[in-house]
Amino acid sequence: MTRKAISQRLRTIDIVNASMRRRNAAEKRFQIYGKLAIAAAMLFLIFMFGNIIYKGHTAFVQAFVALDISFDAQVLGLGDRRDKKSLASADYAALVKAALRQQFPDVTKRKAKRKLYKLVSSGASYQLADMVKNNPDLIGTQARVWVPADDEIDMLLKGYIDRKLPESERRLSDQQISWVETLEAKELIETRFNFNFFTHGDSRDAELAGILAALSGSFLTLLVTLTLAFPIAVATAIYLEEFAPKNKWTDIIEVNINNLAAVPSIVFGLLGLALFINWFQFPRSAPLVGGLVLTLMTLPTIIISSRAALKTVPNAIRQAALGIGASKVQMIRHHVLPLALPGMLTGTIIGMAQALGETAPLLMIGMVAFIVDVPTSIVDPSTVLPVQIFLWADSPERAFVEKTSGAIMVLLAFLIAMNAMAVAVRKKLERRW
Amino acid sequence: MLMNDMTPDNSLARESGVTASAAASTGPMRISREHHETVGDYTVADPRITCRNVDVYYGDKRAIHAVNLDIGRNEVVAMIGPSGCGKSTFLRCLNRMNDTIESCRVTGEIELDGQDIYDKKIDVVPLRSQVGMVFQKPNPFPKSIYENVAWGPRIHGLAQNKADLNEIVETSLQKAGLWSEVKDRLEKPGTGLSGGQQQRLCIARTIAVSPEVILMDEPCSALDPIATAKIEDLIDELRQQYSIAIVTHSMQQAARVSQRTAYFHMGDLIEVGETATIFTNPVHPLTEDYITGRFG
Repeated sequence: MTRKAISQRLRTIDIVNASMRRRNAAEKRFQIYGKLAIAAAMLFLIFMFGNIIYKGHTAFVQAFVALDISFDAQVLGLGDRRDKKSLASADYAALVKAALRQQFPDVTKRKAKRKLYKLVSSGASYQLADMVKNNPDLIGTQARVWVPADDEIDMLLKGYIDRKLPESERRLSDQQISWVETLEAKELIETRFNFNFFTHGDSRDAELAGILAALSGSFLTLLVTLTLAFPIAVATAIYLEEFAPKNKWTDIIEVNINNLAAVPSIVFGLLGLALFINWFQFPRSAPLVGGLVLTLMTLPTIIISSRAALKTVPNAIRQAALGIGASKVQMIRHHVLPLALPGMLTGTIIGMAQALGETAPLLMIGMVAFIVDVPTSIVDPSTVLPVQIFLWADSPERAFVEKTSGAIMVLLAFLIAMNAMAVAVRKKLERRW
Repeated sequence: MLMNDMTPDNSLARESGVTASAAASTGPMRISREHHETVGDYTVADPRITCRNVDVYYGDKRAIHAVNLDIGRNEVVAMIGPSGCGKSTFLRCLNRMNDTIESCRVTGEIELDGQDIYDKKIDVVPLRSQVGMVFQKPNPFPKSIYENVAWGPRIHGLAQNKADLNEIVETSLQKAGLWSEVKDRLEKPGTGLSGGQQQRLCIARTIAVSPEVILMDEPCSALDPIATAKIEDLIDELRQQYSIAIVTHSMQQAARVSQRTAYFHMGDLIEVGETATIFTNPVHPLTEDYITGRFG
């Protein structure tokens, strides 16, 4: 070995050693950047969830007032009639008013009385009506009934209204607050779990508004989307990946699928409006149409990920199956599909999560409606969770702020439940050998 | 879609062939681009498969040039030659696995028991059940050992009932020399076996559908010498029942397992004959260069 060669070798190791500190520093720096990025993301996430939960947790409780109701046939205006029609049209509000007057006998002025009646929700009389309709024998008896308080009272009890503010600067008068304090002293008013929120549809009165109609609408819409999008997308992916010849036409199809995935969702809404509602005359605001529109929107996502999943199946498996004399369909059904299915499901769940959070295209097909009745079929008028959140966020009443956050929590819970289910199914299908 | 790696880039193979032989300056320069006529008798008395004038094209490139070759009953035909010479391509013509490559086109005649397998009326499914294939890399299905063997008979409806199927699985594994090693763990995944066991499982899977001919594409190239020896013994036994065509890179292997050997070179079948003759007394200079190690 010549001197030059030896000196060169020494130089290589010297150069490497000299550069090591720089290389290690670069590596450490990169790791720190990564950790910082994750920390920032976590911080935002915690802030977001914290904010939503802080604002929304009170939506799950509600102030209730105890009323000593005497189901008096005279007050109800029934006389001796007990038939269904009369029971339905009886004056249940009068019962509520009577109970309140009885509770506060010193309130005599008209104006004061009207304020007094506003302590409880207008839903109280519907609650009494339901009770009597289910059990007409109640008439003539007395009972203590807990009815929802008005949303302003609810806000007061939850501490959103400052009792120390001057009277002119708050929505409740001193008199109303003193009534509430009297009720508090007698333990006739308290906050309870708000079952209403999960069992009712939307309402103009915040204390009566519930999430069930939107939840049910979202569920039905997603059901339509899933039953249409998954089979169509999987069939498309399998055909394009396993059967279709590679030529100009399949290239055009592929480019178009990729482009569709990037089309703004509102465009799909316009398409749905023109196609399904104006041309096919499907019912407006229905989960059927919503599901169809969201199917169009999620198809490209599921097709692309299903094709990616099919591509990951080793060709050796395909050759092995064909080499035995399997037909292509047998090869796909028995070997390719089982291996690709977990990946396809991942794509499907991403598409479905996207569909669950989608608002814009549904506005175009009328799912932005005010829905009180819980939809039970895919042709009933309904709304969906994100639209409901949008509607509530738009409402001026203070009480709808917490409803908005509460609905967001329900939406997130729905999403997490859906993802958890998909993960469970995928775990079950996944082969680890 | 399938087997892009299988598509030989002909021009590249030629160039590398030129440089390789130019570098080995001891040998005479005999690389030419014209077609070589096959030396030796490519026919057999009792042929199973007869190939006449088989050309294979990948797009515009001709990968195989006018190959004539017979594969007889109960014999092992070895196909040897340098990489990219077209031996695998030719093998894959015999059960039409080349159909899965879109740009691939086969002309000429290939007959199995007198029936043209490239006839329009021929369905590849029954053809491939008659002409089984074992691949270079062991490729068991990601299923149990039992399922690996049972799947073929099941899709072809070869077993009347569960007992039948069990019997087929057992005899196939026995023929492949794997039964004693796996009989207690048939429900275990086939991919959990060692490489050699996996390849024997693949052979068991192939013979489970009782084919007439078995094609083997370098079945031992991924295996160690002990596993290779087992497979070679197995091939020798299988010869009693089947016709076997085997592509191999190992000339020793060709010498050990085959009765006849065919030497391929750049898409041409250069020489074919009795294995003993080819290895001891090759006629064509290209064959001689290859088996003496001067080229390839």
